Amino acid sequence: MSQYMNLFIEESNEHLQTMNDVLLELEKNTDNISLINELFRVAHTLKGMSGTMGYTNMADLTHEMENVLDGVRNNRIKINENITDVLFECFDALDEIINYIAANGKEMDKANDDLIEKLRNLVNVEEKSVQEESNGKTQKIQLDNYVVNVINEARNKGLNAFNILVTLSHNCMLKSARAFVIINTLDSLGDIVYSNPSAEDIEDERFDFEFSVILVTDVDKNSLLEKLYDISEVEKVEINLVENQEVQVLEKEKAGSENVIVEEHKNIDSIDSKDMKSDTKDKVKKVNKVAKTVRVDIDRLDNLMNLASELIIIKNRMDDLSGTSNKEDMLQAIEYLERITTNLHNAVMKVRMVPIERVFNRFPRMVRDLSKELNKRVNLQMYGESTEVDRTVIDEIGDPLIHIIRNSLDHGIEYPQDRIKLGKPETGNIVLKAYPDGNNVVIEVTDDGCGIDFEKVKKKSIERGLITEQEAEKISEEELANILFEPGFSTSDTITEISGRGVGLDVVKNKIESINGTIELESQRNKGTKFTIRIPLTLAIIQALLIKLKDETYAIPLSSITEIISVNKDSIRSIQKQEIMLYRGKTIPIVRLDKLMGLETDELLEEYIAVVVRKGDKLAALLVNSLIGQQEIVIKPLGKYLSYIKYFSGATILGNGDISLILDVNSFV
Amino acid sequence: MASNIQDKYVTFNLGKEYYGLPIENVLSIEKPSKRTRIPNAPDYVIGLINLRGEVIPVIDLRTKLGMEKNDVDKNSRIIIVKENEIVVGLMVDSSKEVLDINKEDIDKPPSSENNPIIEFISGIGKKDERLIMILNLMKLLDLRS
Repeated sequence: MSQYMNLFIEESNEHLQTMNDVLLELEKNTDNISLINELFRVAHTLKGMSGTMGYTNMADLTHEMENVLDGVRNNRIKINENITDVLFECFDALDEIINYIAANGKEMDKANDDLIEKLRNLVNVEEKSVQEESNGKTQKIQLDNYVVNVINEARNKGLNAFNILVTLSHNCMLKSARAFVIINTLDSLGDIVYSNPSAEDIEDERFDFEFSVILVTDVDKNSLLEKLYDISEVEKVEINLVENQEVQVLEKEKAGSENVIVEEHKNIDSIDSKDMKSDTKDKVKKVNKVAKTVRVDIDRLDNLMNLASELIIIKNRMDDLSGTSNKEDMLQAIEYLERITTNLHNAVMKVRMVPIERVFNRFPRMVRDLSKELNKRVNLQMYGESTEVDRTVIDEIGDPLIHIIRNSLDHGIEYPQDRIKLGKPETGNIVLKAYPDGNNVVIEVTDDGCGIDFEKVKKKSIERGLITEQEAEKISEEELANILFEPGFSTSDTITEISGRGVGLDVVKNKIESINGTIELESQRNKGTKFTIRIPLTLAIIQALLIKLKDETYAIPLSSITEIISVNKDSIRSIQKQEIMLYRGKTIPIVRLDKLMGLETDELLEEYIAVVVRKGDKLAALLVNSLIGQQEIVIKPLGKYLSYIKYFSGATILGNGDISLILDVNSFV
Repeated sequence: MASNIQDKYVTFNLGKEYYGLPIENVLSIEKPSKRTRIPNAPDYVIGLINLRGEVIPVIDLRTKLGMEKNDVDKNSRIIIVKENEIVVGLMVDSSKEVLDINKEDIDKPPSSENNPIIEFISGIGKKDERLIMILNLMKLLDLRS
């Protein structure tokens, strides 16, 4: 079972994402029948999947959703805001169920009775109100009495009548022969009671690439599909049950009704389409373990394959060369090897990259809910969703972005009436933009709201004693913007559900710095605010300073180093056993790394080398024995077994094959 | 006698005693290489090794089982094991062959409190007059013990 679990979670999340997108679209555009069809397909697939896995609550819920959606599709129920809201609730419930399954490996006991009740009510109430105005404008296929009788008779015997639409592939050479094979196959499974075009026309190849038949059979739909897809040159098969009320007329519109399985077949076929776009799924679980997965474009894997085979070629060449002493050839081979390893490195990095879409796609829903709650009108625009970042970054960047967008909505965008007074369009804009810039990815969040009132920030900072009045006179807006990132700072006068409690920007800043990123803020009064976040493309490779303690080598991430200074022993003071020193007018703690690492401290020296490191706005001076230099290092995890060991964030392998531990600066400051 | 993968054990020596590990848990057996000390780690964690680009912690099995420490010599081996997502190397005196031991030939360990070795043993296997102590990796790698 657990082997299917990953797949189930992954696919469910994918379908839920589709559901979310479609629901948002549907809200704007309630008349679009294809959106309803899409929703129906998703609900149906989820029902099937959860049923197979034995998650009955989920299957029940999706089943009721299906009923409502089916009603909407058949004009029995009129779509309105109430319905979309309930559907959104269902989406949330499904999301919760999936997350619970992912975390616990089983479904939660709580059934969603109230939601199911709501859905049932929708079906009952709405059906009545719409019944009168319903009018089928859909295209119909007239069936003659004979066929109708046969179908009715068959149904009485407990047989199924299917309307089967077969599409042949466009490079099919002998259409009639192919059609003959299909019809023969169907004939062996049941009775064909009707065909369009007629049997003779099919035989004489007087049809395009598709034809439909009605088959009376005791075989079920899935096995029919299976049989038909076994035949080559069949591009697509749609099978619909001919239902009771439709026996008189077959509505062609119905084609969408039960073709879920067909859709899936199509997806598998079109490997190069969006399905294979590198795309990862949320935390997938294997019995209480969260595994991270990455979906990879097949081209990228091919590229890796090629590079690996080139490595083998060069290895063989090196083998040959080892016998000779021609230095020229050897150097050439090494150069070649270098090129391959660089390419290999790039290729592997690319495999780890996923589009930032993964993070972005939850925002439309969030903005929708928040703006409803706040009675504001906001339009969210997103650009550069396909910008790629490392898989590990994806997990970290979500929360800070949520914070910023909430801030923009709550404090930035004004109420519609205020906006009109200011001569701005009633609907506010929040623009989310991502683009690569060298070795970084830049994410910008811009709103056209009220901007930051720097005078107010100034006043608050004086009140809080962060700056003096004299300092306030000449402080620049840039410096004031930095104060906004201080812990506990909020300019909002009122505390709301969404933000304003002062936990915010400092958390955002910390989180972004923890992945070696930076955040900046620009704001203009009444024009709006812009946050610019820069994050490194990958976390697996960082710049580090290598240092020595006795004969052991350690690495300190360069991003957390402020400065390297030499410290005279006289400037080190001791307060309650904690050594401190004065650094740029601030007292900062001193950490004797050698002692901390269990090495004997050298006898007292006159001068020490100190690496000043920073976490947020806190500093500490790490005393080291000597410096080796700056190097790009590959971070290797220490593994689960050593997870409780303090002071290290990982290890790296140096050029000579030795291992050096990476110091976790956060644990010293 | 059909040989079943579940009945196969990788055996090794600590002093004169024979020990065994289920073969499913053993990834490879390596010769000792240069180790990097891990500051502030328990005494039985003797360092990190670079195993073909992977960083792997090594446990000195003697220390872990409360035996006297032995010098690493040319017979010493590091058995790389995996249990529940944890990969570590176990330093042993020397590695021996892979043995088939039937379930019927494995006895329960004698119950004994306060014996550090017994605590980590899941059973005692008998094969050709030899007694093989089969280690309980789950317990051995439990961070709390």
